[in-house]
Amino acid sequence: MSKLIAVFSREWRSLIVSPVAAVSVAMFLLVSGYLFYSIVIVASTQTRMMLRMQHMMPQLNANEVILTPSLRNLSVILLLIVPILTMRLMAEEKKQKTSELLLTSPVTVTQIILGKYCAVLALYGVMLGLTLYMPLLLARFGAIAWWPVFSAYLGLFLVGAVFLSVGLLASSLTEHQMVAAITSFSLLLVMWLLGWAGASTADSQVGLLLTKLSILEHLNNFLLGLIDTKDVVYLLGLTAIGLFLTHRVMESQRWR
Amino acid sequence: MIEADQLTKRYGALTAIEEVTFRVEDGEVLAFLGPNGAGKTTTMRILTGSLPATSGRVRVAGYDIDESPLEVKRRIGYLPETLPLYPEMTVTEYLRYVARIKGVGRAGVRPAVDHAVERCALGQVRGRLIGNLSRGYRQRVGLAQALIHDPPVLVLDEPTGGLDPKQIIEIRELIKTLAGAHTVILSTHILPEATAICQRVIIIHKGRVVAVDTPERLAAQLRGAEQVKVALRRPTAALREALAALPGVLRVAPDGVAAAYGEGAATWLIDCERGQDVREAAARLIVNADGGLVELSAMAMSLEEVFLQLTTDAADRAGASAPDGHHAPSPEQPSEQAPDHDVIELGESGEAGPTDAEDAA
Repeated sequence: MSKLIAVFSREWRSLIVSPVAAVSVAMFLLVSGYLFYSIVIVASTQTRMMLRMQHMMPQLNANEVILTPSLRNLSVILLLIVPILTMRLMAEEKKQKTSELLLTSPVTVTQIILGKYCAVLALYGVMLGLTLYMPLLLARFGAIAWWPVFSAYLGLFLVGAVFLSVGLLASSLTEHQMVAAITSFSLLLVMWLLGWAGASTADSQVGLLLTKLSILEHLNNFLLGLIDTKDVVYLLGLTAIGLFLTHRVMESQRWR
Repeated sequence: MIEADQLTKRYGALTAIEEVTFRVEDGEVLAFLGPNGAGKTTTMRILTGSLPATSGRVRVAGYDIDESPLEVKRRIGYLPETLPLYPEMTVTEYLRYVARIKGVGRAGVRPAVDHAVERCALGQVRGRLIGNLSRGYRQRVGLAQALIHDPPVLVLDEPTGGLDPKQIIEIRELIKTLAGAHTVILSTHILPEATAICQRVIIIHKGRVVAVDTPERLAAQLRGAEQVKVALRRPTAALREALAALPGVLRVAPDGVAAAYGEGAATWLIDCERGQDVREAAARLIVNADGGLVELSAMAMSLEEVFLQLTTDAADRAGASAPDGHHAPSPEQPSEQAPDHDVIELGESGEAGPTDAEDAA
């Protein structure tokens, strides 16, 4: 356990001092902030229009009109940011040969993987936490329901966990950070787009399967305030698969 | 302490090392010597568990590297060829991290770091980022990293690489102080280094062990014939024939003129049979013949020459047997013979050589 913590804290330190992570988090906040801003503007114009038609009022609420689309946007930005956050995790160790230190230390591959993964997950947690200004701002100027906010953040955290494990896997496959980034981006994009493919063939069994496999599909329930065990299990399961495959990759690389 | 038994590593069709067998005793300092690409680093990586062997076994302190890798890794400090340093960390942070992943207890981390810093003379730079250090300091941080958990076994891949002469001497002194309490394996292609700090030398060439012995014995015993150099003021052909006729002398060859000793002076090299010391007889003969003896010295074959002789391509020596009657090792030889065949038996007392491996088996 103390070795896991040692790996974790070293990775955490490297992450927070690296300009790559700083810029990624900043860009994440910038883009999500801009999208939030434009949604608020659109929503307020809409509200003013609807105010003229009194009967529309009950259908408006801040959660549905502003928060849910804003948080859904976060998940799209994650597609772009996560590969950047994870690309260096394993690839850099291999490139600068520090992996040799890890491999010759009395540390298990599991400890290495979990230490690194937890570090990047913690960074992601901080990044996600920084977007809490969105619901807080809305709560300051109006009334919002907090349960959907909680479930949406839980969903985003779990989706992020899946993405990060895929990113870690991609990083373990190569010693080139760019290759790792491109690989994980492609994998994530495919996982994302499964839902679209499913929607276009919605009536067939295959279409149904693809829809069920899509990450977006599982995130939607969380965004609507619904915490379903099967969504949680699905996302945690994908994360575990990602970590397990990383473990297999690292073990097998020793033998080449 | 360390037993390597028939280690072979193949990368596809390329054989990096083949049937490398040796044994290192507790507290011994042993050097791997060989030209670049001989398989030194590969052997060391297998010993430290960072690379699995294609076949063969390694045991460190009684633990098999494949069966209980963590136990072995706990007992080994490894300085790889490429230093495993994180440029974004300070020296202290880095050493603290290494101490923790090497399994030093929470309370022991600080003293371990202080001790390593002191030993490797890193006090001045301990707060600086590794990325900003000079090559020499980085090398020392690498060494400190290997020492930090006070392991019984140290594997150092070119420990003096990239250092200036003063630092090289310091590191050598440091390694000498480690001997006894630690078992040290180091690799080098600098021959005086091996002579200076090691008790035994393993010469590796093209992935095979070609010789195992102490540096002195390698130098002394591999020399096929003793050589005596004489400088004479008044050399004559008759004197040269008389010298050649001495018992034990194989031949006398002129080695050029010795202008420093005056007009007509010359130096000769006297090749003698192994174990024959002809200096006294030669001196008496020359003095009696009034040859004007001004210099007489035995030529010791340096480790450098041994090394060159052993690692020069076998093609040069094909068919020719070594002067002492033993066959020269040839990497191209088919390996259906006993594996020990590759190890030159050095003289009558070969116990430091191939027999060691048999003891280990």
